[in-house]
Amino acid sequence: MNTEQTVDYLNAGYGPKSWLLTTDHKRIAILYLISITFFFFVGGFFALIMRLELLTPQADVVSAHTYNELFSMHGITMIFFFLVPSIPAVLGNFLVPLMIGARDLAFPRLNLLSWYLYIFGGIFTLVAMLTGGIDTGWTFYTPFSSAYSTTNVIPVVTGIFILGFSSILTGLNFIVTIHKMRAPGLTWFRLPLFIWAQYATSVIIVLATPVLAITLALLGVERIFRVGIFDPALGGDPLLFQHLFWFYSHPAVYIMVLPSMGVVSELVTCFSRKRIFGYYFMAGAIMAIAALGFLVWGHHMFVSGQSVYAGMVFSALSYFVAVPSAVKVFNWTATLYKGNISFHTPLLYAFGFIGLFTIGGLTGLFLAALAVDVHVTDTYFVVAHFHYIMVGGAVMGYLGGIHYWWPKITGRMYNEGWAKFSALILFVGFNLTFFPQFILGYLGMPRRYHVYPPEFQVLNVLSTAGATILGVGYLIPFTYLIWSLRKGKQAGPNPWNATGLEWKTPSPPPPHNFDKVPIVTEGAYAYPPILTTEGTHGGS
Amino acid sequence: MIPLLSSFPLFPVEASQQARQVDTLYIALVIIATFFTAIIFISLAFFAVRYRKGSKASRVLLHPENLKLEITWTAIPLVISAGIFLWSAKLYFDEHVPPANSIEIYVVAKQWMWKIEHPQGNREINELHIPVGIPVKLIMTSQDVIHSFYVPAFRVKQDVLPDRYTTEWFLPTKIGEYHLFCAEYCGTGHASMRGTVYVMDPSDYQQWLAGKTHEVPMATTGEELFQHFACNTCHQENDMGRGPSLYGIYGSTVHLNDGSTVIADQSYIRNSIDDPGGQVVAGYRPIMPTFKQQVSPDQVDQLIEYIKSLRPPEKVAKGMKQ
Amino acid sequence: MVDHSSAAPHAHQFDDIQQQHEADSLGMWVFLTTEILFFGALFLSYGIYRHAYPEAFAAASHFMDVILGGINTAVLLGSSLTVVLAVHAAQHGERKRLVMFLIFTIILGLAFLSIKGVEYSHKFAEHLVPGVDFQYKGPQPGHAEIYFILYFVMTGIHALHLLIGVGIMTVLAFRASKNRFGPDYFAPIEVSGLYWHFVDIVWIFLYPMLYLIHVYH
Repeated sequence: MNTEQTVDYLNAGYGPKSWLLTTDHKRIAILYLISITFFFFVGGFFALIMRLELLTPQADVVSAHTYNELFSMHGITMIFFFLVPSIPAVLGNFLVPLMIGARDLAFPRLNLLSWYLYIFGGIFTLVAMLTGGIDTGWTFYTPFSSAYSTTNVIPVVTGIFILGFSSILTGLNFIVTIHKMRAPGLTWFRLPLFIWAQYATSVIIVLATPVLAITLALLGVERIFRVGIFDPALGGDPLLFQHLFWFYSHPAVYIMVLPSMGVVSELVTCFSRKRIFGYYFMAGAIMAIAALGFLVWGHHMFVSGQSVYAGMVFSALSYFVAVPSAVKVFNWTATLYKGNISFHTPLLYAFGFIGLFTIGGLTGLFLAALAVDVHVTDTYFVVAHFHYIMVGGAVMGYLGGIHYWWPKITGRMYNEGWAKFSALILFVGFNLTFFPQFILGYLGMPRRYHVYPPEFQVLNVLSTAGATILGVGYLIPFTYLIWSLRKGKQAGPNPWNATGLEWKTPSPPPPHNFDKVPIVTEGAYAYPPILTTEGTHGGS
Repeated sequence: MIPLLSSFPLFPVEASQQARQVDTLYIALVIIATFFTAIIFISLAFFAVRYRKGSKASRVLLHPENLKLEITWTAIPLVISAGIFLWSAKLYFDEHVPPANSIEIYVVAKQWMWKIEHPQGNREINELHIPVGIPVKLIMTSQDVIHSFYVPAFRVKQDVLPDRYTTEWFLPTKIGEYHLFCAEYCGTGHASMRGTVYVMDPSDYQQWLAGKTHEVPMATTGEELFQHFACNTCHQENDMGRGPSLYGIYGSTVHLNDGSTVIADQSYIRNSIDDPGGQVVAGYRPIMPTFKQQVSPDQVDQLIEYIKSLRPPEKVAKGMKQ
Repeated sequence: MVDHSSAAPHAHQFDDIQQQHEADSLGMWVFLTTEILFFGALFLSYGIYRHAYPEAFAAASHFMDVILGGINTAVLLGSSLTVVLAVHAAQHGERKRLVMFLIFTIILGLAFLSIKGVEYSHKFAEHLVPGVDFQYKGPQPGHAEIYFILYFVMTGIHALHLLIGVGIMTVLAFRASKNRFGPDYFAPIEVSGLYWHFVDIVWIFLYPMLYLIHVYH
């Protein structure tokens, strides 16, 4: 046993300054991990109070105004301060240079600036929300947000504006890094799909976020100067706000889910010991989702008053964007065929993702169907749909990635028993929370309601029960992962025996990642043929 | 206080013609979604068991890549999607073409109530009485923020916007009482902005209409407003005033001074009252002042009904699809 | 032309100065793409309202000072020329000319901002600032107010970008005077030049869009 202490990125320098002024992408990833976890639990807390209120048809936990603030804060916190950064800022920051054989990102100081903008934007927004409140929903529709709400709209949109720059700088960093800093021999079509996913996500971030920034800025201008940019009473067009808002916010959902898809490809290949089925289609599907995702924003506006013809165009395009997602689900499934599958926790999360994303994605087809959408838009059906994708999909992908790369990031293994147990709890709790909401939505229960007709109560009670289980389920990994930092088994450089450059360096990696620049000679997921006990083997 | 199982529905009642059509499409989608979900779940489970580490199943992979398979399972979702799209688009399009014999009822939404006015003059707050079997077209506007008029039993919903009109129509097929919800978040009272739609037997509906005594038809109130706001000083029947005559104008094609034409529907009338300089009739000067601050949305609706009624006997109404 | 000599110092994450230069360049292009989307959303909003209220916008644009705006256009175009000459000087290791052209650029940038300041002060005096005692005597004042708010937002954000550009050029001029740049290392000059050209191009669109409507309406 090597008793001398090797220098890794965690022990290369101690003290707050070495962390708060770091330019090491791995340390910045840890800074993000801590801050994102904080915002996740804050956003989750808001949701728990909402679900508590929804146990009964009357308002008996909070007032109407407070409830409106809760759902607004829940949406803003979860989307902007958890989901959008999550995988890119934590796993992407940590892994992109490692996976492509680079020493750091292209612009390490810009990376640190990204984190500070995130923290500043996050704290600013949180304080604004908790002091003056925000009751516009995360969607800020006008003229309510610009002329009627008496809450802290301007500080909150300012905080989100600042966060937008954090996001843009991360995306910019990834794009340049992936283009310019790949190891010798690492051509585009040898890249792991995680990198393709980060790249596509970064392109979306860079193109879409500025539009949100300007939209929120114009909203602020209208509110301060009382002019009619979006307020019809003053000559403005509220639909213009909606078009501009959704032009970002629809691609934003792909920002939130594409990285998870990248993670799932890594997990499925490693734990079935096989190449991904249809690598080119998988990479192509990622890029297609990113591109097509920019063309469908109007499907959030089918009943908004936009023209019927616009509705039809957006509906048709929305079906197009569903197809590459379907292809990905089929290809992951096909990757398992004739694999050699071991059921470690990360794979359980991958299964969770595939199953729940399938359901969420298929319900997207319901929403793209114009006539059905007229009935279910603005109801709990939509709430269920996007939570299936975002929680059942994106968060499961995030947790799967955290568990998969935990040994690389920390050098420790977590307790597998507890990990499997909490994955199961999360799966059960999640479905109990959100499946009843599909039924509630089709029944007609609108969203953003804290009171409702009594016949909706049973389904709401089921949903709240599920939410409680979900809440407990998230606390368990928080506990055993932290515990593993001290007591976890030491992981070697490659505890999973996975392919990929990140596993060719120690766990945790040294500050400069690689002692020697790796040279790449083969494609991703080059697992050796699988030998069965009978001696026959598969080739690939 | 959990209610009895018998009183908790899992599927909404079908109370309109559209409801049945939408439900059919919905059930088809449920079947397709269940089918594909089942395929994926079963495949995952089957592969997970059969190819688990240490199992004896053969891992000989003859075709690690299979272009035909990939193209097939790209094409099939595409075809299914196209089918769903066409079906649903047709339904959606029909939902936006109200029948010519629709009863027109005006809705003005405000934080946080629904104000409804029948052409006969009956007014309701948070209630809508309509006869079964006759199509109803709602002409809706908001006094403040965006709301949305949603009747789940009819499967129809339409956002209601300030400073413009949106419409929705439905054909009630079942007598009963149905929830009306506001479905676009509109502030503190959003969840309380609810009401009831009463679908009645046609004779009961007629009784209800006549039942409220001294109900003044909207067109009559509109005529009073037309005089009260002195519209009649410029808009005279014989076209001798400073403004064009409004007789027979509703539904006709109007020529504007920039060469374009516009149909004189409710939006045109409303825009002419709120922002007359924006659309000036050809041959007239832009001297009409704005009445936006003086005329409320309810009053605009009444003026529209009045103007609609101005059809000189010899003029044939130039049909406009409403 | 970049000197590929391995003696040229570069940041630790890069293999050589050539890779660093390419990364810096690509980084600036990506950033400018975000700026295109940023201004693009504004241009789109402006286009939509211009289409909706053509007479109001044409009448309101009469209140723009075409002469001052035209001078500013010439000023910015001139400053783009000085930027190009600065980059050229850096590429050829001509320190004095580099510093000189950077200073000219700064001066022209400040001239633009001053003239803009004069225009803004005129608008304040004429009560044409929305939300600040806006008194418009022309037709459709409500719609004209939309024109003016978009004018201020678009030119204001543009001016902010120019101010940041002036700041960047100042830092570069300072560093250039300390002989930090040469044929082997001039990426900061080049990418800042790209940024400056972009800000210039935005103005080339803003000027006819805002100032010259009535000329060809």
